[in-house]
Amino acid sequence: MSKKRWWQGLGLLLVVGLGLFAYQTREVSHAGESITAVGSTALQPLVEAAGEQYTGEHLGTFVNVQGGGTGTGLSQIQEGAVQIGNSDLFAGEQKGIRSQELVDHRVAVVGITPIVNKKAGVDHLTTAQLIQVFTGKVTNWREVGGKNLPIVLVNRAQGSGTRATFEQFGLAGHQSKTAQEQDSSGMVRQIVATTPGAISYVAFSYADKTVQAITLNGVAPTEANVITNHWKIWSYEHLYTKGQPTGLTKNFIRYIQSPAVQKTLVRQLGYLSPDQMRVNRDVHGQITKLEGAE
Amino acid sequence: MMNPKTQNKVAIGTLYGVAGLVVLILLALLGYILVSGLPQLSWHFLTAPAKAFLKGGGVGIQLYNSFYLLILAMLISFPIALGAAIYLYEYAKDNWVTTTIRTAIEILSSLPSVVVGLFGFLFFVVKLNLGFSILSGAFALTFFNLPLLTRSIEDSLRTIDTTQREGGLALGLSRWETVTRVILPAAVPSILTGVILSAGRVFGEAAALIYTAGQSAPALDFTDWNPFNISSPLNPMRPAETLAVHIWKINSEGIMPDAKAISSGSSAVLVLAILLFNFAARYLGKRLYKRLTSA
Amino acid sequence: MKSTEQLEQQLKRHSKAAKLEVWGKVVSFSALLLIVAVVVAIIGFVASKGLATFFSNHVSLWDFLSGKSWNPGITDAHGKPEVGALPMIVGSFLITILSALVATPFAIGTAVFMNEISPNKGAKILQPVTELLVGIPSVVYGFIGLSVIVPVTRTLFGGSGFGILSGTCVLFVMILPTVTSMSVDALRAVPRYYREASLALGATQWQTIYKVVLRAATPGMMTAVVFGMARAFGEALAVQMVIGNAALMPGSLVDPASTLTSVLTTGIGNTVMGSLQNNALWSLALVLLLMSLIFNLIIRLIGRKGRLQ
Repeated sequence: MSKKRWWQGLGLLLVVGLGLFAYQTREVSHAGESITAVGSTALQPLVEAAGEQYTGEHLGTFVNVQGGGTGTGLSQIQEGAVQIGNSDLFAGEQKGIRSQELVDHRVAVVGITPIVNKKAGVDHLTTAQLIQVFTGKVTNWREVGGKNLPIVLVNRAQGSGTRATFEQFGLAGHQSKTAQEQDSSGMVRQIVATTPGAISYVAFSYADKTVQAITLNGVAPTEANVITNHWKIWSYEHLYTKGQPTGLTKNFIRYIQSPAVQKTLVRQLGYLSPDQMRVNRDVHGQITKLEGAE
Repeated sequence: MMNPKTQNKVAIGTLYGVAGLVVLILLALLGYILVSGLPQLSWHFLTAPAKAFLKGGGVGIQLYNSFYLLILAMLISFPIALGAAIYLYEYAKDNWVTTTIRTAIEILSSLPSVVVGLFGFLFFVVKLNLGFSILSGAFALTFFNLPLLTRSIEDSLRTIDTTQREGGLALGLSRWETVTRVILPAAVPSILTGVILSAGRVFGEAAALIYTAGQSAPALDFTDWNPFNISSPLNPMRPAETLAVHIWKINSEGIMPDAKAISSGSSAVLVLAILLFNFAARYLGKRLYKRLTSA
Repeated sequence: MKSTEQLEQQLKRHSKAAKLEVWGKVVSFSALLLIVAVVVAIIGFVASKGLATFFSNHVSLWDFLSGKSWNPGITDAHGKPEVGALPMIVGSFLITILSALVATPFAIGTAVFMNEISPNKGAKILQPVTELLVGIPSVVYGFIGLSVIVPVTRTLFGGSGFGILSGTCVLFVMILPTVTSMSVDALRAVPRYYREASLALGATQWQTIYKVVLRAATPGMMTAVVFGMARAFGEALAVQMVIGNAALMPGSLVDPASTLTSVLTTGIGNTVMGSLQNNALWSLALVLLLMSLIFNLIIRLIGRKGRLQ
């Protein structure tokens, strides 16, 4: 064989050898495992923070979190494209999802509040007024006690759990008028903060000083009011898995549901813990008072 | 009516104005990107992992992913484009088959990159079950890159004087040998330019990658070079958000408090990389041409 | 001494070079076939998913193309889902045509300047400028649109700043370099003696350009413009960041609107594969695909007509 062939053969042997070596010595332990959680942007801050904490304590594991909205989360977990689907809704509430294949893990409760641009000069509304604003019957803020400023509606995209919860419990089932739509809670807050006369809705954890939260029917959007269901616009935060979770997925979900995390991280980030709730709401929206409640 | 001489002056003056405006637009764009972005660039910015919703994250992993995907995509697409270009240059007859093939390549190049990305999602992520991974992204980028690269290589081959080809054939070389041993080496500078320019396009591509390589960037352990490990930078099965996708994502999601700063910095990095690719293409092309052809 | 049979065999056997030739031809042809296979696969996949809306979900094509409400998750009074893509189709066409209208004069002016007025210094400056503008990634354009153009539109015209106007501004800058460089190619293809003859007849430079060169280069210019329009039509990310994504018929240039690409990018992750919402989005992708094919066809037709002249 020519000299060139020798070198080529040697090179090939080297590559194959290295490959086998790498395969043999790869880490088979849980260190080196990675899971992906996708979905609700309302739940995203919690899962990301919990993920950072968890991977900090268990080196070599990786929890990747993406947004995309509740619809994305449910559709991806159904496909099996990811390990965890973050959802603001019960799987059964979303059309096209085979909820019997998915296992629900409730990890938090999130309240949703309407937010308004500060220039509108409004900080309280009645449900009737809210419905009028969102269905377009009212088009200027002065009609509901604010300044003379046209109302700019900003919605979340169709698959958003925040939007579904808001329309079901805040607008009493009314559909919002078709308007500008944004992909995420963060984007929505930014637009409301900078566009005069804008109104939208975000999770409590997103409502900061740049926007004006709205008191509804005299009830303020606070945690205390969510606990007793005086403030009705809230939903459970679900982590869905396809079938029972195993391995890193199981450990991570258990971690988030553990009292340690529930009492600290969850509250710090502006969510509520499901065991704080004095009522229970099921997939059909039926409210039952929990035992021991006033 | 103005007489033709005045018309001439006015017209030429307007044209100067138009051209000047275009230069101004570019300067304003570059200026904005660099002025708002360069202050963000620090060693920390370029190497630290991104933070989810706290200030002070970096784009180190995304930058690495951009390069890794670029290299993989070029590795896959270059041989295919080269083979196709050689066939089109040397062997393709002037019949309807060739016309159909050329039309197909043109169609591929005119497809919106988002459609290519969605196809990549359907085929690689879902059907072949590769999931959001570097491999899916590299394939999507390859499809996106192939038509341009093929055309550029074929054009490079065609610029070589036909006498070279005739000489090779006259010496008794087969057609394949003529192309690979005579024409190709002469076309190397031009091909290299084409490759570098297409690399620039691939580096900045985002739409094709959002649903193939994914939008998350798992933290990498740069001491681990075993490609089968999850945290290894070499693992092609992990999701890999690139710099361009990162800019889109943080502007769409908006939960990062310093999103604007990170976007500016990332844009500056992207534009600087493109500038570098452009200059490298021109400079290397010229130098290699001088050396290889003693022109 | 070899026997005659051995010699015969040796002579008749294919030489190494000949084997290499066949092998090379096969390999390069398969590379070519791979590319064609990819194109066919893409068209096939997208078409099959896009047509599912009409065949398995029984949405009528007319409703799809002319319906004004896009709410695939909701059924209207007749029990039919609202899958009207007209707002997006109109939105896509509007920004494409508007940005082409604004970009073309600038592009042609710059190309004429580079090729006719100042081919030495001017071209030296503008050539790298054009190349650089082409090289800037579309996300960067989108980001600049979001941070600069949207606030400016908001201050000048009120509203949220998102809308067709902002989209047009961003696309104008994006397609300008493409149309310019192709126009330059078209101008270069006009033979020198056209200009020399015109000048010899006493025409001024502008008259030469206007009446002779531009006219001769018209097919090439038109190709350039259509090319630019095709790019504008297919642009996804930069447009999605500034257009507002409201699936409404655009009432004015500053109302939030949407294009085929923006709705596609925003919505595709949100929907479940196989559901009507998902299929409807694939139908949008199919429309995009068909439009890019149509643009391709137009470019070829113009090119053919130009050659026949």
